[in-house]
Amino acid sequence: MIGIVRKIWRLVCTTWVNMNRPAKHLSIGFLSLGGFVAGVIFWGGFNTALEITNTEAFCISCHEMGDNVFVELKPTIHYSNRSGVRATCPDCHVPHNWTDKIARKMQASKEVWGKLFGTIDTREKFIANRRRLAGHEWERLKANNSLECRNCHSAEGMDITAQSDRAATAHQTFLFTGEKTCIDCHKGIAHELPDMTGVEGWK
Amino acid sequence: MRKIAGLTAVALITLSGLAGTVFSEELITLRGGSVISEETNAPAMPKVENTDQRRVRNYPEQPPTIPHHIRGYEVSKNANKCLSCHARTRTGESQAPMVSVTHFMDRENQVLATVSPRRYFCTQCHVIQLDSKPLVENTFMDVEDIFKNGKAKQ
Repeated sequence: MIGIVRKIWRLVCTTWVNMNRPAKHLSIGFLSLGGFVAGVIFWGGFNTALEITNTEAFCISCHEMGDNVFVELKPTIHYSNRSGVRATCPDCHVPHNWTDKIARKMQASKEVWGKLFGTIDTREKFIANRRRLAGHEWERLKANNSLECRNCHSAEGMDITAQSDRAATAHQTFLFTGEKTCIDCHKGIAHELPDMTGVEGWK
Repeated sequence: MRKIAGLTAVALITLSGLAGTVFSEELITLRGGSVISEETNAPAMPKVENTDQRRVRNYPEQPPTIPHHIRGYEVSKNANKCLSCHARTRTGESQAPMVSVTHFMDRENQVLATVSPRRYFCTQCHVIQLDSKPLVENTFMDVEDIFKNGKAKQ
């Protein structure tokens, strides 16, 4: 045991020494420009890979998403509507600005674990977990004041005269005053609901 | 039986080409009198009335019609979107009319604390209204009009 620790320590020490030694054969131009080019490739590659995981096609490539939540999204207003504008999975489920996006992606790495161990690999398991999974999304949207809704739907941009009476009244009473946020009233707008017993605002 | 015979006769006349335009504007069948082998254009989908204005009921026992959109409203074992506004405890916030107290009664007329399971599926009786013309003429008269007129037309 002590032998292994000593070996690792020696490796760390030699790496440190080597890293601190100036280059013997490589020019400063090669190192700086090469470093720059390598940086562009690494960063570009990372971002491209990140964006690939941020597409609807990637999400529904797993049957857990394709057969459950995506099927339920299809008849809703966010997928099928008069103007043809669509919200895809990441529009609502991944924050748009970079730091929040990375934080969410790191959280979502647990979903890879779930995929590998088949946490929701059947419809029955999915339904059994639905309340918990939906609860995570409600909590997230409640905590960020429905940020993903507001990426497209801003309270300032709403023309309430174009809304029905009850919608205009509800938005004026609860949204504009900041008393409630989108997800408080609009649960189940894009997917079917779990058993809503005990959820605030539902019978 | 007579009706079927009549329809068959009409179809035969049309098919034989003796009278291609025997059909007038008036409705003969829901297909609009087109030849059965031809596919006609579907009529435009009418819009859902979304005025939020309560409509007069045609008779006192009529379940009131829904004056707003209900697209995507889930009414299932898990959730009831209608009740999230129309339930007794929700009407303060929503200002929506409360589910009638008759809906709290079971079939022995015992009043329960909440909506009776037999009245849970709202759209079994309450429906949206479309902005469309009636397909056939309707001679229905409101009972109030019958009272007013003294004697009603047949």
